[in-house]
Amino acid sequence: MTQTPIERAAAATPPAIVTRVKGISDRTLAWIFVAPTIFLLLAINIFPLIWTIRLSLTNYRANRTNAEVEWVGLRNYERILTDGDIWHSMQATAHFLIWTIVLQVLIGFTLAYLINKKFKGNDLWTTIIVLPMMLSPAVVGNFWTFLYQPQIGLFNYVVSFFSGVDPSSFSMIGSVNLAPWAIVIVDTWMWTPFVMLICLAGLRSIPDYIYEAAAIDRASPWRQFWTITVPMVLPFLMLAVLFRGIENFKMFDMVTLLTGGGPGSTTELTSITLKREAFEKWRTGYSSAYAIILFVTVFGLASIYVKALNKVKER
Amino acid sequence: MTRFLNGLLRLRRGPWEMLASILIALGVVMLMQPLFLWAYTWSFLVTLTGTVMFIVVSHFPE
Repeated sequence: MTQTPIERAAAATPPAIVTRVKGISDRTLAWIFVAPTIFLLLAINIFPLIWTIRLSLTNYRANRTNAEVEWVGLRNYERILTDGDIWHSMQATAHFLIWTIVLQVLIGFTLAYLINKKFKGNDLWTTIIVLPMMLSPAVVGNFWTFLYQPQIGLFNYVVSFFSGVDPSSFSMIGSVNLAPWAIVIVDTWMWTPFVMLICLAGLRSIPDYIYEAAAIDRASPWRQFWTITVPMVLPFLMLAVLFRGIENFKMFDMVTLLTGGGPGSTTELTSITLKREAFEKWRTGYSSAYAIILFVTVFGLASIYVKALNKVKER
Repeated sequence: MTRFLNGLLRLRRGPWEMLASILIALGVVMLMQPLFLWAYTWSFLVTLTGTVMFIVVSHFPE
């Protein structure tokens, strides 16, 4: 019996993959789809983490790969947790963390409260306020370096205009006393819009009828603010605080470009110290232990953050 | 307070998560405070305990 060309082509074509995998269970098929993600997760996240923990227990140096690696146990952790310089960088981080959060929450909430009032040009102002957040930290670090220049910097001239102090008499990033505040100002300028947006979301989630009911009960605007607005925005505010806290704990790029950790080690935040230990002094084992300490801290804070996030979702 | 202690005794997630969160927060404060070097030295252990506790107790029943 002769076959048509179509029948011959069909006979020569291998069976479709769907036909071949027909015998596979749904569970196996699910594993096949998930396997690449699990593999990538293990290769990119889990393996480096386990390797860092292993390195933190040795005296390994990445610039001396041929040198014998000695197992030092918990000695690296012990040295870090009794080191005055590392303690100082933790304090510099704490100063940066506390003041940026306080200022960002106060200014962010105030801006959100004002933006939430209906007025002409509301959307335009929101866009203008949000602009700094959209810039790259590298760009922000670079142009604020120019703004802080004692001779040509706009910041010094603005301060001079309001205070009468000679603009070239002080240097924001060159002074031991002013440099910690210089990085606080820049981070606040950049990230207040983020806190403002979160607060705005919280403010807009409050239904009008609650305020109407309070007004009928003759509650003053001040009382409405403290008994309705603040409690209902608080979970959002807490979320913003935790988010900025975790981000600023890891702050590196903007501060490196702005001050490089100086003058001296005044603005040397933990991530900058870590980079110096790992890639300038090449103490890989020591810096791995340091990284694990920072990781556990950030992981702990992130756990609280996720818990707070779930509470907000439940509302 | 009694409810909190009962929750701890009955291994309920809420109070244990609260305790773990307090430990983590305490550890972070100890890590960054400028007053006592001994607190800085022990901070990692406190944070680690809190973090591990948080992971374990998140599997407790509500």
